[in-house]
Amino acid sequence: MATKVLMPALSPTMEEGTLAKWLVKEGDTVSSGDILAEIETDKATMEFEAVDEGIVGKILVDAGSEGVKVNTPIAVLVEEGEDVEAAVSEASGSDEKAPKADTPAPSEPAEAKAPPEPVKSVKREPDYPEGTELKSQTVREALRDAMAEEMTRDETVYLMGEEVAEYQGAYKISQGLLDQFGAKRVVDTPITEHGFAGLAVGAAFGGLRPIVEFMTFNFAMQAIDQIINSAAKTLYMAGGQMGCPIVFRGPNGAAARVAAQHSQDYAAWYAQIPGLKVVMPYSASDAKGLLKSAIRDPNPVIFLENEILYGRSFEVPVLDDYTVPFGKARIWREGDDVTIVSFGIGMTYALEAADKLAEEGISAEVIDLRTLRPLDYETVIESVKKTNRCVTVEEGWPVGAIGNHLSAYIMTNAFDYLDAPVLNCTGKDVPMPYAANLEKHALVTTAEVIDAVKAVTYR
Amino acid sequence: MAARRTTTKKPNVSKEELLGYYRDMLLIRRFEEKAGQLYGMGLIGGFCHLYIGQEAVVVGLEAAAEEGDKRVTSYRDHGHMLACGMDPKGVMAELTGREGGYSKGKGGSMHMFSKEKHFYGGHGIVGAQVPIGAGLAFSDKYRGDDRVTFTYFGDGAANQGQVYETYNMAELWDLPVIFVIENNQYAMGTSVARSTKSPSLWERGAAYGIPGEEVDGMDVLAVKEAGERAVAQCREGKGPYILEVKTYRYRGHSMSDPAKYRTREEVQKMREERDCIESVRQLLLTGNHATEDELKAIDKEIKDVVNEAAEFSKESPEPALEELWTDIYADVAPQNA
Repeated sequence: MATKVLMPALSPTMEEGTLAKWLVKEGDTVSSGDILAEIETDKATMEFEAVDEGIVGKILVDAGSEGVKVNTPIAVLVEEGEDVEAAVSEASGSDEKAPKADTPAPSEPAEAKAPPEPVKSVKREPDYPEGTELKSQTVREALRDAMAEEMTRDETVYLMGEEVAEYQGAYKISQGLLDQFGAKRVVDTPITEHGFAGLAVGAAFGGLRPIVEFMTFNFAMQAIDQIINSAAKTLYMAGGQMGCPIVFRGPNGAAARVAAQHSQDYAAWYAQIPGLKVVMPYSASDAKGLLKSAIRDPNPVIFLENEILYGRSFEVPVLDDYTVPFGKARIWREGDDVTIVSFGIGMTYALEAADKLAEEGISAEVIDLRTLRPLDYETVIESVKKTNRCVTVEEGWPVGAIGNHLSAYIMTNAFDYLDAPVLNCTGKDVPMPYAANLEKHALVTTAEVIDAVKAVTYR
Repeated sequence: MAARRTTTKKPNVSKEELLGYYRDMLLIRRFEEKAGQLYGMGLIGGFCHLYIGQEAVVVGLEAAAEEGDKRVTSYRDHGHMLACGMDPKGVMAELTGREGGYSKGKGGSMHMFSKEKHFYGGHGIVGAQVPIGAGLAFSDKYRGDDRVTFTYFGDGAANQGQVYETYNMAELWDLPVIFVIENNQYAMGTSVARSTKSPSLWERGAAYGIPGEEVDGMDVLAVKEAGERAVAQCREGKGPYILEVKTYRYRGHSMSDPAKYRTREEVQKMREERDCIESVRQLLLTGNHATEDELKAIDKEIKDVVNEAAEFSKESPEPALEELWTDIYADVAPQNA
């Protein structure tokens, strides 16, 4: 009986990976626990062990293959004396009978968590000159480049956090920085968020420019007193005499299937605090340009990244020093019928909805706020004055959401222009469930955005 | 490693030094008495935590500090600011919430800073200044400056988790930070005995490999001597040091504290038998370093300084309403170091 070996999911958000290296060859006998291959995920290179025993009958995916989807058969194990060819064709032919291979794959199709590549914006308001050379880069690479460039530019900039140095970053954002800058400037901390956040605030008081990486912002709740009471308020409490130039960054919001304590969007929390600047980029170019601005900013900056966006590729300008200013929204798509305002991963749903709405003859203008504090009210109001309708999209909870605030602001400042109430599409008012189907429903969906747009346009 | 030391004989100390300590401690006491008075008159509002009784701690440690060393403390901070040379007028005017205060009236009693004097606050959240102090030390080490940071906190803060997170990192990275536990025996109304069973607070550092000692905080000379040991260790790059300074506050935790948790006799006994200012006064007189008249002249001089500060704090105008909207964000990088 042949056994298929399937490409395993090795992280909560992994949808595909690179089969870096086979450590067995056809004809080898393997037993449970033997290392079959090295697989490179978006986070790390992992060894992949055999669960079943048998003889490697056929290797189906060559070493070095990139973009191998989770659950793709990568090899077939056969039994002693079994006809390899027959076994392989049998195994390859019928998926149903094949025993599950080693790591169970996610039961939910990838699309639940990973909307397709972003649509090209119809209109761009790029912060770089026309004709600038562009290269495709992931958000992950863009963030790393931003840090490397700023650390090169300014000796007082250093990175501190859990697993940022020797491990090369829990999400590989700091990959290579230890080699480039050394252990003095890329500092592995113990697991002690409250402590190292406070220590970094002190270092900023002492004249350094710390970048604090939280492995995820869920863990920053341990440190939120230092972020708000010590970092955000000092300039004011000191009458302007001294402040706290610091960046707190890391992934924020839901990843995939990590449940309630690891899936939370803090955008609205931090956006409430005077003294903080709050950045939540969507694209790689904004991730880069905004992170560089954040590191140079003389104030404490909350920089909210997203694990699912890390591996997403965008066009990034090839410039020596590319920065994006705070407080300036980006219009990704121009339209006349409705304004969709979003930020961060919410943009994925906003743009996807806009695409589908276009097919139905509804023209949506899509605005990416990029920074929540300062917030570009002007761009939103100008757009609403044109479209007379607005839908907001975010992954966070509905009570006290950024969308609530925008609704109030639009009501106050553009009431006479509105032809419909502003609708807020948000995550559901529940802790994040684990079950795949429930998680999908807990998050904001493209369908909800489309429904909201139809409601405000009375279609 | 960790050693308990007690000062048995008085170290040699010059007349000038003794007079300096006397003057500095007296300034804090008179300043605090005046602050209490202004509070009673409604000129100072909110929380106001007086340092009366604890003066020897900060004066002794400042005597061990050098130019460029840093300090950070909790909300019981007036003494620390005066001891590091901040202007009593600016401190008092901050207490009254006036434009002439160190924070233009926007910080208040618990939140004041002076870059010039390397005083980094004034922190209102119990224990929050402890990692901040280690971070200041981190910045010095990063730059290769051989400065040390005095990080003051109370026996109450000593039970905060972030203190131990900080101990761990400070020792791990050999940070030049001196943790000064001002053990005044009551965390607000809870005595040390009612908040922990551990026999002493400084010994907790041993779990992280940090040496330390207990110090008689009513004896300014003992504090100074211990401070010098701590500074030497830090300055040599050997990492942090803990001083648990046993002290006593005569006044309530804050102005509204009825102090039912201790007897009047207990306070009276400390005042009469252990007062840090009185003991230096006696040293000055018995050692023939100063006459009663000379000390009276100093008393008068201090009183004038404090009165002048009080007058300034009343005359300085309230901040302009526009100040509400300033200093929320910096436009240019602050020169913090």
